[in-house]
Amino acid sequence: MQANAKITPSTLSVKDHPWRIAWSRDKCSLCGQCTAVCPVNAIELGVFRKRIVDVEIHAAAQPGNVNKVYHGIRQRTDAAYHCIGCGMCAMVCPNDAIMPYHNDEADKLRFHLSQGGQAERRGGRRNAPAGILDQIKFTRISMLTDPALDAGRHEFEMRTLLGRLLPPEENMKRVREHGWIPPVREIYPLIIGGMSFGALSPPMWEGLQMGVAYLNEEMGMPVCISTGEGGCPPRLLRSRFLRYVILQIASGYFGWDEIIHAIPEMKVDPCAIEIKYGQGAKPGDGGLLMWHKVNDLIAAIRGVPKGVSLPSPPTHQTKYSIEEAVAKMIQSMYMAWGFRVPVYPKISATSTSLAVLNNLTRNPYAAGLAIDGEDGGTGAAYNVSLDHMGHPIASALRDCYLNLVRLGQQNEIPLFAGGGIGKNGNLAANAAALIMLGASGVQVGKYVMQAAAGCLGSETRRCNICNIGLCPKGITSQDPRLYRRLDAEDVAQRVVDMYVSFDTELRKIVAPLGRSTSLPIGMSDALGIADKAAADRLQIQYVV
Amino acid sequence: MCRLIAITSDTPQSPMKALEALDVMREGHDGSGVGLFLRDLGGPLEEMKDEPILSGIFTEAGIRRLDSYMINMGFLTKYKISIKIPKVPPAGVPKRDMYLIRAYEYPEEWEDLVEAEKQQRLVNIRLALQEMGREQQDMIVFSFWPDTIMIKEIGDPLTVGKYLELGNEKLNARIIMAQGRQNTNYAINLYACHPFFIQGFSTMTNGENTAFVPIREYLSSRGEPGYTGFYSDSEVFVHILHYTATHLGLGVEAYKHVITPLQDADLESHPNGEFLTHLKRTCRKLIIDGPNCVIGVLPDNTMFMTQDRKKLRPGVVGGTHGTWVFSSEVCGLDYVLPGRDKYTDFQPMHLDTAVVRPDRREVKICRQMQRLPRLH
Repeated sequence: MQANAKITPSTLSVKDHPWRIAWSRDKCSLCGQCTAVCPVNAIELGVFRKRIVDVEIHAAAQPGNVNKVYHGIRQRTDAAYHCIGCGMCAMVCPNDAIMPYHNDEADKLRFHLSQGGQAERRGGRRNAPAGILDQIKFTRISMLTDPALDAGRHEFEMRTLLGRLLPPEENMKRVREHGWIPPVREIYPLIIGGMSFGALSPPMWEGLQMGVAYLNEEMGMPVCISTGEGGCPPRLLRSRFLRYVILQIASGYFGWDEIIHAIPEMKVDPCAIEIKYGQGAKPGDGGLLMWHKVNDLIAAIRGVPKGVSLPSPPTHQTKYSIEEAVAKMIQSMYMAWGFRVPVYPKISATSTSLAVLNNLTRNPYAAGLAIDGEDGGTGAAYNVSLDHMGHPIASALRDCYLNLVRLGQQNEIPLFAGGGIGKNGNLAANAAALIMLGASGVQVGKYVMQAAAGCLGSETRRCNICNIGLCPKGITSQDPRLYRRLDAEDVAQRVVDMYVSFDTELRKIVAPLGRSTSLPIGMSDALGIADKAAADRLQIQYVV
Repeated sequence: MCRLIAITSDTPQSPMKALEALDVMREGHDGSGVGLFLRDLGGPLEEMKDEPILSGIFTEAGIRRLDSYMINMGFLTKYKISIKIPKVPPAGVPKRDMYLIRAYEYPEEWEDLVEAEKQQRLVNIRLALQEMGREQQDMIVFSFWPDTIMIKEIGDPLTVGKYLELGNEKLNARIIMAQGRQNTNYAINLYACHPFFIQGFSTMTNGENTAFVPIREYLSSRGEPGYTGFYSDSEVFVHILHYTATHLGLGVEAYKHVITPLQDADLESHPNGEFLTHLKRTCRKLIIDGPNCVIGVLPDNTMFMTQDRKKLRPGVVGGTHGTWVFSSEVCGLDYVLPGRDKYTDFQPMHLDTAVVRPDRREVKICRQMQRLPRLH
């Protein structure tokens, strides 16, 4: 700081930032790669002046001092250029000379991100690393009477159903009378949740699609993927791979002009249609694609002008209420594909989830309900929505499942849970816990970005700049200079790795529980938790 | 693991035969209980095939309450088999006041009822009596159904049989199912003792149903008052059997398709693939899991044995025209029918259901990959 510099309320020091760059003058070769790679220009070449006391070994000369200059890396302290802790500088440094560290106390930066009255927006998840899902244990291990199964050698049926199931008697009647039976898809219970083309870069999207196609066609795993709200590339719409794709429609209807026009040319039906009413990361708020990312390609696919922010409204504007929206939109979507494609809504977990579910139980077309919990990720949202809005997935899902049990419809409207599954890397354990609490399957997004593309974001405020198109890994960027860092083939390979290892882990969980003939949906007697209040709330065993 | 023996024979057999067979297999049960199901009765009750028979255990106060309840309902005792019990029960067997086997005459106003209504009312009476018994701990009711006797007690099967003098010829029956219990997961409760019974269907199982909780939740919401109790994870097998037959109108061949459906690759090439896919999906909540050998009887006296998807439990069927024995162990079968042609014994595997129809001419093997009988 200059001696005469003004100290304003928002003048911060390195101490006030969440991340502090540690740089070693000894190791640094001044190659400049770190400053080049930093997505937010938080570091720059610094010129440092240093006084050195110069004492001659011979007493003849008078001691003195010399002023020298050296060059190095300086962390900028302006709030607009704050370090996001992504660590790309450490990744590219040839000499391991630089690394961001968390500061030792809560930062002061957070009080100054509102420059110009602009509330903080970011990507990622709620900044809260812990969660109840990781506390749930699988306690009902088969021992003497009922020997555990062999996860490696026995046959396992780990698929689930997406679609409205009729009561068995009614289904039999319709089979006999050749009546209409709602379409049902037999799918893998781990679904790649909605991440739009636009939110994700082209190689990321392509890599996910390739991975999903490979899993289906080479590995025999009927994995499906939701498009998110951003339309679908025209060639995919007209390809046989569409059958693995869940087309999402949300309140902005982005890309649906293209989709509707492609219907007559579709070779196969899509897996399902997901109507997004809400998202766990920003419940009650609409989708958001910030202008940084709306380039020619994205604008073309979405059918919008380029270079403008694309906020979807919080609700479907053409509809009066969610009940009406659900009923009418489900009906319209069924009609568009000749009643051959399951259509289900996705909502954010809320204390009113039950009201939506009850509504669906009386709607004979609703093919399921996806519920997204507060720990879900997003490409862009207001920080306040991310950190403070929403409902945990575990109890929302459990309430809904138990409500279906009371109604006797637990096999009829499959529930899909999302939001923070695998947040701490425990994907299979979290997924299995939710399945045993009553989910027919789970949706993951952020985990896939982390596992398949090396997303650096975390719940301790690392990176999370998906919103501004500067993703240092090229996952959520539309800038070719950034997304060329990501190879679609590599992403596809990692998607396959992720699924195959998930499958092994899922078997390693269900085999000791003596389950293999069907996915253990609602097998709550297998679960335990060392938290009495949580155990009571979720109606599972309290174990200490 | 428990031990199971079931006999279906043209000539009425003594229940002691089954209990002796259980004794041969005693390595596998710990004397924590025995259950007996008798059907197609010989003896004096053969003359009154249509009259409902109440089986249970009562205290002195309980029997008085039962009598007043039944008289109020308009039921009159038509016949009873008295079980004389010594004053001191053998070690491990609780002291009871009375084991009741009593046939009733229907109330007059029931005469015009359709069969289904009559059956439902019988179930409701059994449930009401069970509830009354739970309140005052004075009655345990196992069944209230025509041509059906059930006896369950804690203790070693053979000891209990001798104590209750089950060698009494009046108890001979053409269908006998017996289980020697190894109490494993729950406290000893007679209602948790196999065989289980509902509306003419009965099953007993050697195994453990790991999918019990979701199945119980689903059955409880089917609107059937009889789908209750759930003292044992095996009780759901009889409810699923009942559901398959009465709600879905499917035969015993379809039962296995409900509890352990084929995987998709097999369904694709199955002659009834489309139908079975529907069945698998809509009855997903009834899919069992874990190791289980199920032996059951249908209201028409068809007896069957089927296995879990991986065939993790033993089970064998053998016999000759007129007499067939279903047993969890070969030694139990050997005891009942030592002279049979052992080469024709059949051990159902993971896709099989072994069925002996009421004519008792043969063991029919239904394999899941075979075409189902034409649906009506």
